Amino acid sequence: MHKTLIAITLASIVIAVGAVLVAVGVVPMGATNEGGAGNGNAQIVAHEGAGLGRVATEAEVALLNISIRPDGVGLPPGQGTVQEGALIFGPRCANCHGPRGRGGQGGRLSGGVGTLGGEEPIKTVNSYWPYATTLFDYIRRAMPLYEPQSLTDSEVYALVAYILMQDRIIEPTDVMNATTLPQVIMPNRNGFVEWWPRPPE
Amino acid sequence: MTKKSKPQVSDLSATPVLPVSGRQPKSLAQTADQDPTRRRLLLGAAAAAGAAAVAAAPKQAQAIAPPGAVEYPVPVDPTQVPGRPPGLNGGYGTRSQFETEVREWSGSGTSSRTPLASSEGTITPSALHFERHHNGIPEIDPEEHSLLVHGMVKRPLTFTMADLKRLPSTSRVAFIECGGNSAGEYHAARGKEIHNMHGLVSSSEWTGVALSTVLREAGLESGAAWLLAEGRDAAMLSRSIPLEKALDDAVLAYAQNGEALRPEQGYPLRLLLPGWEGITNVKWLHRLDVSDAPFQTREETSHYTDLNIVTGEAKQFTFVMAAKSLILFPHPEAKLEGPGFFEITGLAWSGRGKIKRVEVTTDGGKNWHLAELQEPVLSKSQTRFRFPWVWDGEPTMLQSRATDETGYVQPSIRQLKEVRGDAERGNVNYHNNAIQTWRVNRGGTIENVHFSGNS
Ligand code: HEC
Repeated sequence: MHKTLIAITLASIVIAVGAVLVAVGVVPMGATNEGGAGNGNAQIVAHEGAGLGRVATEAEVALLNISIRPDGVGLPPGQGTVQEGALIFGPRCANCHGPRGRGGQGGRLSGGVGTLGGEEPIKTVNSYWPYATTLFDYIRRAMPLYEPQSLTDSEVYALVAYILMQDRIIEPTDVMNATTLPQVIMPNRNGFVEWWPRPPE
Repeated sequence: MTKKSKPQVSDLSATPVLPVSGRQPKSLAQTADQDPTRRRLLLGAAAAAGAAAVAAAPKQAQAIAPPGAVEYPVPVDPTQVPGRPPGLNGGYGTRSQFETEVREWSGSGTSSRTPLASSEGTITPSALHFERHHNGIPEIDPEEHSLLVHGMVKRPLTFTMADLKRLPSTSRVAFIECGGNSAGEYHAARGKEIHNMHGLVSSSEWTGVALSTVLREAGLESGAAWLLAEGRDAAMLSRSIPLEKALDDAVLAYAQNGEALRPEQGYPLRLLLPGWEGITNVKWLHRLDVSDAPFQTREETSHYTDLNIVTGEAKQFTFVMAAKSLILFPHPEAKLEGPGFFEITGLAWSGRGKIKRVEVTTDGGKNWHLAELQEPVLSKSQTRFRFPWVWDGEPTMLQSRATDETGYVQPSIRQLKEVRGDAERGNVNYHNNAIQTWRVNRGGTIENVHFSGNS
């Protein structure tokens, strides 16, 4: 079912992109409404555009690019274990997320697996999130709340391992790194239905 | 009885309460004394009045004038004394000292709400535009800010703000509504004030560059279908956006209501995706990464997905804010003085296009009447509606129901729950666009209730 959805998405986007690009191509870049000329096709600037913006070097892109995809593209080198994660989680996360991530002012990170289809859904990283890569991405960019981006990549891998282990999504001896993390299958991996570009039949 | 809600000057000197104790986020640690304008005022006063008087004078004025206003003497007869000259407040206008409307912020310090009950017309003043931040408002020097466009593009490009402003510009009016607006009203009718129930929606005129223009400068590679939009705040908030939308009507906005964006609204640059849930309109925008698939960020998986507790499945990428309308007068903080004429008025909007009609019922859904729509009715913008009503003094229910140009009709709360299920927790309450009911009691008091009539 997911495959079909993706196919539909791509097909419709290719069509849409094509149509818009054609339209964009004939939009006069410097056209003005200044009066009286009665000349419909003022200046038509070719596809090269305005030539504004500076070409970014690979190094410049690498400096800012922290995107991580669910297939693992973008995950940095480094690695971490559950034990290492436990040592960091206590002092740096438990204050807001509770011991073992079982809940606090910052929200609950673990537990609740299997509760989604009921009156009392417990939504946590482990019960709800479809991809483990998202956990790495989010902790690295945004946590801890008051000191974002203060963790090393290996520390982030370790925290990811520690959180996932709380619900045995990985084994206590597993090591998280750029190869192992994208292979983790989250319990709710198939719990999402894409409503873009349109609701499923 | 008054249309205005009671002046609510909350304790504005208080620092927003943060979710937890510990160190303050960098961006929230600013105090009023670090504000350059205020410091200048203090210094100016010091020069004029001498050091001893400094501390007291400006503070006193601030305590009396509401936020955004300056206190001036009020003559008994303004026709008998010359008024003040222009330019007194350094050349940037202030509102009347008699106007007190403010955004009310949440206890968690992550959002503030537009005082809808007192709104007029269709545009929200920039200073009252609702806020939702995920780790405070960053302070960004526009000279230091740039936008990187990379990924599946032929030429990765960096645009300075000056570059962006040289590109062809475009302006449009659009509402922005948080995907979680009205969420607290889904399970049960709880709210007492309109802004607390529905105040995460506002409307502005936005100006900037069409995103399609910038993507054309970079050149899309074949197979490109999505892009990641990332902010430069302490959450580095990120969302995946389909290129179909990016190339349709997305704007890289640098201005709001005729001046630069407010810092709370993403200064110096934000993404504007007309009609799409607020969080996709990424603020403090600094990076666009073009790809062939979504990135599955936290804000499009953990949050802003719609869990259906009947099926246990969650809808993902429910971008569009569907048609909604809201009666803003009467409302629970206003009391009808007694039987007689009242103008029912409110706002309607749809993320799919123009509002086609708004119907009003004054008898709990037995009869629906067409409300008058204020022209011009703009696509993906708020539309003001009005309906003249003579109240007979009897208890009744008031509702409004919007239909947009696609034919979509705003649902009742019962209709929504039939499809999604009902729960207090979880993600079931995003995108609550249900019809709002105001119950009018015999004494003229107004109450917030859930009522779905026969629908
Ligand atoms: C000062 C309090 C605080 C600390 C310390 C903190 N967090 Fe958080 N965390 C929060 C808050 C608040 C949120 C919700 C942020 C939002 O919604 O924008 C959050 C959200 C999260 C989420 C997303 C949860 C969800 O369901 O979407 C994860 C994962 C997370 N934190 C991990 C961590 C880790 C790992 C650490 C330690 C390195 C940490 N946090 C430290 C307050 C904190």
